[in-house]
Amino acid sequence: MDPVILARVQFAMTVMFHFLFPTLTIGLGLLIAVFETLRWRTGDPLWDRTALFWTRIFGLTFVMGVATGVVLEFEFGTNWARYAAFVGDLFGAPLAAEGLFAFFLESTFLGVLLFGRDRVSSRLRWLAAVLVALGSTLSAFWIIVADSWMQTPAGFEIAGGRAWLTDFWAAVFNPSTLQRFAHTVVATWVAGAFLVIGISAFYLLRRRSRDVALASIRVALALALAGIVLVFVTGDQSARQVAYTQAAKFAAMQGLYSTTAGAPLVLWSLPPAQDPSAAARAPEIVVTRLLSLLAFGNVTATVRGLSEFPAADWPPVALTFLAYHNMVILGTLMLLEVLVLAVLVWRGTLESHRGWLTAFLWSIPIPVVAIQLGWFTAEVGRQPWIVYGVLRTESGVSPNVTALDLGISLALFAAAYLVIAWLWLALVRREVLRGPGEA
Amino acid sequence: MDLPTIWFVLVALLLIGYAVLDGFDLGAGILHLLVARDDAERRAVIASIAPVWDGNEVWLITAGGALFAAFPLVYATVFSGFYLALILVLLGLIFRAISLEVRDKDDSAGWRRTWDVLFSVSSLVPSLLFGVAVGNVLQGLPLEADGTYRGGLLGLLGPLPLLTGVLALAMFVMQGGAWLALKTEGEVRRRARVAAAAGAAAFAGVWLLVTIAALAVPDPRDLALGPVGLAAPLVVAAALAAFFWAVSRGRDGTAFAASSLAIAGLLAIAALALYPDVLPATDAARSLTVENAASSELTLRTMLVVALVGMPLVLFYTLFVYARFRGRVSAGGAAY
Ligand code: HDD
Ligand code: HEM
Ligand code: HEM
Repeated sequence: MDPVILARVQFAMTVMFHFLFPTLTIGLGLLIAVFETLRWRTGDPLWDRTALFWTRIFGLTFVMGVATGVVLEFEFGTNWARYAAFVGDLFGAPLAAEGLFAFFLESTFLGVLLFGRDRVSSRLRWLAAVLVALGSTLSAFWIIVADSWMQTPAGFEIAGGRAWLTDFWAAVFNPSTLQRFAHTVVATWVAGAFLVIGISAFYLLRRRSRDVALASIRVALALALAGIVLVFVTGDQSARQVAYTQAAKFAAMQGLYSTTAGAPLVLWSLPPAQDPSAAARAPEIVVTRLLSLLAFGNVTATVRGLSEFPAADWPPVALTFLAYHNMVILGTLMLLEVLVLAVLVWRGTLESHRGWLTAFLWSIPIPVVAIQLGWFTAEVGRQPWIVYGVLRTESGVSPNVTALDLGISLALFAAAYLVIAWLWLALVRREVLRGPGEA
Repeated sequence: MDLPTIWFVLVALLLIGYAVLDGFDLGAGILHLLVARDDAERRAVIASIAPVWDGNEVWLITAGGALFAAFPLVYATVFSGFYLALILVLLGLIFRAISLEVRDKDDSAGWRRTWDVLFSVSSLVPSLLFGVAVGNVLQGLPLEADGTYRGGLLGLLGPLPLLTGVLALAMFVMQGGAWLALKTEGEVRRRARVAAAAGAAAFAGVWLLVTIAALAVPDPRDLALGPVGLAAPLVVAAALAAFFWAVSRGRDGTAFAASSLAIAGLLAIAALALYPDVLPATDAARSLTVENAASSELTLRTMLVVALVGMPLVLFYTLFVYARFRGRVSAGGAAY
């Protein structure tokens, strides 16, 4: 098989699998920081039990993130050596900064949070929780700096077949860093909040640990509300950013082949084909002119279609389109759920709506899936470029790593990840069944 | 010192930090089945490293990032060249993390035995391979004209690299044993002391062999080491002597410090032997040096600022946390 395909499959698998765990820990870490703050300020044992319980879930998830993250740090060198040599002057810096400013912080203070209960003061334990939350958000920042530079490279020049840094801050705050960071972080809030809400709903269904469940839901609901609203706001910013900087990706996300003034927004349709001559794809649901309005703030603005670009520069259209649209659909679904939850909590009738409680329990994976779909949109939509407009993906692979090497490593990682996924599910289930204990 | 040299030193320091710190938990892992015989003892071994191993591993991650930032060509050549070996290291690190986390989550004997064994194996394999990798780098790689290494996994297993692999194992056994002697009580402590001394003896012997082997390869550079180059082996020798003295007196803290110093000295010797190459090639014209493999001056300068801001912070809170977890762990361990 083609080594390029294998390298891509392997990268996609390892990065997507890794990102299942930080997705949960960034949001959950923030919630734990809130629980710890409440515990520290009020001294109420309820918050102590709440914080302790969620910290156990957090610890399990965090370790899986660590185990899978270490692979990625080296994968740019193992699988993408030519890419690494080409971009090293710019791309290594955020990875190093991530280690220095983020990973040290979170791993060191997680040790304090998990094992320091009888060794540190109440205030230091609170501080550790806050620093862990800060560290995981910082690690998201630096890794997204690296990714965003691949999406919208800036602050560099090319000489002698390599990219060289010319302006550090322009590279760090390239045109898409802030949008992508904001959108990703608020999405992880939703994911963390849904995890807490879902597990708490389970306790309410089972009529156990009621006090911890209700307290957790109240705090998580606030984060879910803020998160889901901000996901839409920042998603809109991200979409506009893509429309300006990566027109081919934007056209693929929208399934737009011909350049159109006053372009409609496709809410739903069958996936578009790679070949525009097969472009008839009714049935579809569209809102006239809305795309032009959303992207460029003007109902008559022109949106460039894929036909403006050579077909060799197109990303996989159907995948990009499907990933994007399903992310938005799931986002809408979650918005409705959060609104329902808010009403139920506000009315105080949550516990009698067992159907909804069940729905919240089964909704735990929804934000995680939406986030995976979002990354899929961003990364597949970037194709065929590994550095957008600068370096082709196939030019980035390691010349000396064979298809056999890649096949072996892919199989080994896949097997290891199956074990990890099973362990995580089994142990979280066990932790949940054990529960926070009654007061 | 010019910027590339400063970065050479900084990456070396990160790797030394890694070898000293993760060295003790890798070593504890290698010794796990030997020094801890029943469940309570094994829990104590795990408890002695549980709060800190992840922070220790971040030294490796940061060294990887720093190598990428400062010497991208070396990062690209070494990691793609050592492909399968590195994949094995990574799998080892994955299963180490997992076994440490999940071992105590179930009481059944089978479950615990599985993860105890996995923990040990996944500590041993990376330790050995780290040594093999360093041996290959020291001896120089047969880089091809396009700057890549295509020797595969078997090509890495030459005599000198295998010897340095064993050296790394001995080194981590010494360090892990010294750590467990410092942190545990009773039988585990006694066995750990014996293991540490055995590790140190093996370390001294293999080090001598490696030195002879390295001197047998005529390379004029090695003779021009200068005063620092001569001092490093003396430091290692003195540290080993201090180690044996401290072990015989039961001074666990001193023994651990001496073991750490020996490791730092050994890695310093390797770094001095390499410089000014970062990755020597058997055809010297293809070697990657601090000059031709480095990033731009702007990147190196910017990253230096980043390091000068970040490193003191890291050192500060790392020391702080180690101080908090000072003292021996009681048998039976601590799970959260
Ligand atoms: C809870 C998850 C979630 C939800 C509900 C949404 N998103 Fe999203 N989206 C993500 C989670 C996400 C993400 C965290 O997975 C991504 C990947 C890269 C990024 O910046 O955020 C993403 C990417 C992403 C991109 C691609 C950016 C790029 O190429 O870099 C766009 C245009 C949008 N989103 C837009 C939206 C819009 C308009 C939404 C409105 C409903 C929306 N997203 C909901
Ligand atoms: C934020 C840091 C990230 C960086 C630096 C990064 C970098 C890369 C690189 C180097 C590739 C390989 C080249 C290619 O095929 O395009 C890639 C592909 C890919 N990445 Fe990312 N990625 C990041 C985040 C993510 C996340 C969080 C996900 C998903 C959860 C993701 C999903 C993918 C997928 C699916 C591909 C394969 C695309 C394809 O082959 O068509 N990435 N990314
Ligand atoms: C392809 C790019 C990526 C690389 C190279 C990478 C690397 C790593 C590494 C080495 C770790 C282990 C740290 C430790 O030992 O404590 C880790 C964990 C983590 N990573 Fe990634 N990562 C990538 C993608 C991402 C993305 C896109 C995010 C966030 C948006 C992210 C967020 C985190 C977080 C929060 C952790 C802490 C562990 C956890 O909470 O599960 N990573 N990552």
